[in-house]
Amino acid sequence: MGNSWLTFQPEKASSFAGQVDALFYVITALTIFFTAAVGITILILVNKYKRGKKADRSNPVHDHQLIEAIWTFTPLVMALAIFVWSTNMYIHMRTMPKHSYEAYVIGKQWMWHIQHPNGIRENNELTVPAGQPVKLTMISQDVIHAFYVPAFRSQYHVVPGRYTSMWFTPTKPGSYHIFCNMLCGTQHSEMVGKVNVLSPKDFAAWLDKSGNRFTETPKTLAQAGEQLFNDMRCGTCHGVENTERGPSLHNLLGSTRVFTNGATQVADEDYLRESMIDPFARITKGYSNTMPVYVYKKQINEEQIRNIIEYIKSLGTTKPASSQPAPAGLR
Amino acid sequence: MSDVIIGTGKGTAVGAPQPDPNTPRVNYLNVSHTLSSWLLTKDHKRIAMLYLFSISIFFAVGGAAAGMVRAELMFPRGSLLQSEGYNRMFTAHGVIMIFFFLLVAIPAVFGNFLIPLMIGARDLAFPRLNLLSWYLYMIAGTLGVTAMLFGGVDVGWTFYTPLSSMYSNGQVTIAILAAFLAGFSSIATAVNFIATIHKMRAPGMTWDKLPLYVWGHYATSVIIILGTPVVAMTLLLVVLERTFGIGFFSPELGGDPVLFQHMFWFYSHPAVYIMILPGFSVISEIIACFSRKKIFGYHFVAYSSMAIAGLGFLVWGHHMYVSSQSMYQGTVFSLLSFLVAIPSAVKVFNWCATMYKGSVWLASPMIYAISFLGLFVIGGLTGMYLAAMATDVHLTATYFIVAHFHYVMVGGTVTAFMGALHFWWPKMTGKMYPENIARYNALIVFIGFNLTFLPQFVAGYLGMPRRYHYYPAEYQPWMILSTTGSTVLGFGMIVPVFYLLWSLKKGKDAGPNPWGAKGLEWETESPPDPHNFHHIPVVTAPVYDYDAEAEERELQGEN
Ligand SMILES: [Cu+2]
Ligand SMILES: [Cu+2]
Repeated sequence: MGNSWLTFQPEKASSFAGQVDALFYVITALTIFFTAAVGITILILVNKYKRGKKADRSNPVHDHQLIEAIWTFTPLVMALAIFVWSTNMYIHMRTMPKHSYEAYVIGKQWMWHIQHPNGIRENNELTVPAGQPVKLTMISQDVIHAFYVPAFRSQYHVVPGRYTSMWFTPTKPGSYHIFCNMLCGTQHSEMVGKVNVLSPKDFAAWLDKSGNRFTETPKTLAQAGEQLFNDMRCGTCHGVENTERGPSLHNLLGSTRVFTNGATQVADEDYLRESMIDPFARITKGYSNTMPVYVYKKQINEEQIRNIIEYIKSLGTTKPASSQPAPAGLR
Repeated sequence: MSDVIIGTGKGTAVGAPQPDPNTPRVNYLNVSHTLSSWLLTKDHKRIAMLYLFSISIFFAVGGAAAGMVRAELMFPRGSLLQSEGYNRMFTAHGVIMIFFFLLVAIPAVFGNFLIPLMIGARDLAFPRLNLLSWYLYMIAGTLGVTAMLFGGVDVGWTFYTPLSSMYSNGQVTIAILAAFLAGFSSIATAVNFIATIHKMRAPGMTWDKLPLYVWGHYATSVIIILGTPVVAMTLLLVVLERTFGIGFFSPELGGDPVLFQHMFWFYSHPAVYIMILPGFSVISEIIACFSRKKIFGYHFVAYSSMAIAGLGFLVWGHHMYVSSQSMYQGTVFSLLSFLVAIPSAVKVFNWCATMYKGSVWLASPMIYAISFLGLFVIGGLTGMYLAAMATDVHLTATYFIVAHFHYVMVGGTVTAFMGALHFWWPKMTGKMYPENIARYNALIVFIGFNLTFLPQFVAGYLGMPRRYHYYPAEYQPWMILSTTGSTVLGFGMIVPVFYLLWSLKKGKDAGPNPWGAKGLEWETESPPDPHNFHHIPVVTAPVYDYDAEAEERELQGEN
């Protein structure tokens, strides 16, 4: 981060960084301007009307509608302009891109665990390609954490019990801080890591040799999920077709589910996860609560849940759901 | 204690004629000296002094914790503490300063002391309830401090679930019960203020003759009554989940962790106004007095406090732009957050404009008031970065936030508290402190404060997370600057303890109205009689009835 003694600027390494900084500097300019304006006004008034100093104090003003209106509406207009600018930018940051490289983040006290679609796993390191949107789907295994990469100006909470997501387009190869930015217990400040941004070529090579950690080619997440699916004999009830005992998992993601109580919901990843750890929370219409107990929470961890979701995803989706398959060649 | 001879300040018609000028006048301080006369007192002024004493102790403990935190942050890998101890230290600092100082300080000390005096009443509406508030506060404070110093709580003052409800193994339950009790103490005080302001105003004291001080406390009391029960119940739910495993917030128990944040911030954003509105109200009094002018736009300043009290309840989601709240929700909260900032900005302009054609006296309370204006402007404007969602994504939970809310809470509320202390000390004790030392010390506080917190804005923009015990070395220069500043600030906070205590023994008698201020409290003796007024005053003069021009004419002895 620069080697001068005092640094005033964080590194810019994502497509958001320049945009956020532009807004940041405009607000900074306004802050400095108004602080100086108020400060100088006070100094002038104090000096001019100091006690015992001759000055024109006749006809003091105690109320002035026009002045009040002016100094109400000027900051109002300014604030609204900042609001519109910032909100547009935020909506852009929070709208997940259609096509992106996708990785999965699991936060736990006190480390980051990363799963890549092709099966590469990393701890406290996230390797991503430059020049391409990267989407992270994140979940916590215990308390709330926050995945924060200052160089990307990007941050989002990692919550237990539900998936959250964030995205960014890294622009500059290099290595940048990951901070957990939500107090998560004793070693909170040690829940740090690095994002390694590689050029597209280096990234492809990195994927080919399966990252830094493995020598054998790992299973993709979907393959690992399939194996787990078979090991746990999920296929006994969930086949290609709906069976008497369980609904089919083919084209499940994105389909609209009707439950025994009449409620409906589009099957998203949160729904799939819930169905694995708490199958009786909502039972699909036409079925009963027969799913075996061993699948419940604690029997299956967040990594395994992710694998099975990826496997279900590979069985087809009904319509484009929130997560998109990674570009061909990366899986 | 005091041998003040009755003063003959302007408008002392309410003072009683003294039969013998050599007998010390009976005032609320010397009326009785027994311990039980203090511990069982129902006099709002004595209760205020009890609060002043206890609040100062909690402030000192919270300040010591801050000192430990700052010392620790001199080095990227810490020096004195383990991470567990560090987490406990910043939690203790936050919980003590917020629940046992900022939320309570100005209302419980100066509100208690001054509201009856300012509206021409003999006491608050419910004196026994007032004493009960203090006992609740003391039980809460003692419980909280004991839990944190001896047991340890490491979840931060925000008590986020499921860390607080399922994972932390400190004395979270006791700390929460302490905050819960402190909340009820505040509610009791607020009920008391509202009833008093409605029912006990002297004849002629209409709403538009009320000092802005009273307006500010009225708005604050409304927020306390509407908001505090919500946080009290929320914290109780955390205790239920923690001790009995009843699921509200933990997904493992079928709860929703983010629900806690909604309920917590529903109170805790308005709580910012509980802390700052009384500060505003102090600043209005000081600036009016030391500019010898009615506050510019009196009605606007009065009603804007009420507007802030209402709008303040609709912006809590600005704490949750990165915490799985929908972006449309975020958009609404962002817009409302920008809107709620406007009344505060306009107040600042009004205070500045008050000095125009005034007669500005740079006495120590006024120096604190001016320093409040400067610091609060920075605190308020830096709120824009955080109301704006795109910049907040980068800055939230970094040192930028820490700097921002310290500008509001310390630069604002604590500076106002110091201003109030210097302004009304002569009224409360009948004694003057050494004015020159006080003025220079106000400057030291101002410089120390800025040196402490300006560097934290930069560290935050560079991405340094708050609540980090270990941090990358690149942030160290900013941490060293900040710790240096905090030493200066700490020095500036200790000095007044000495000269104020000194003034009790050796200070010059203040007389009823040393500042030549307007307002009913200045028409009583200093220190006031046990029952404030011998005859309930009838108010005929307008509020802030100053005449800068006439006073200057007299002062300059010409024309
Ligand atoms: Cu964490
Ligand atoms: Cu807020």
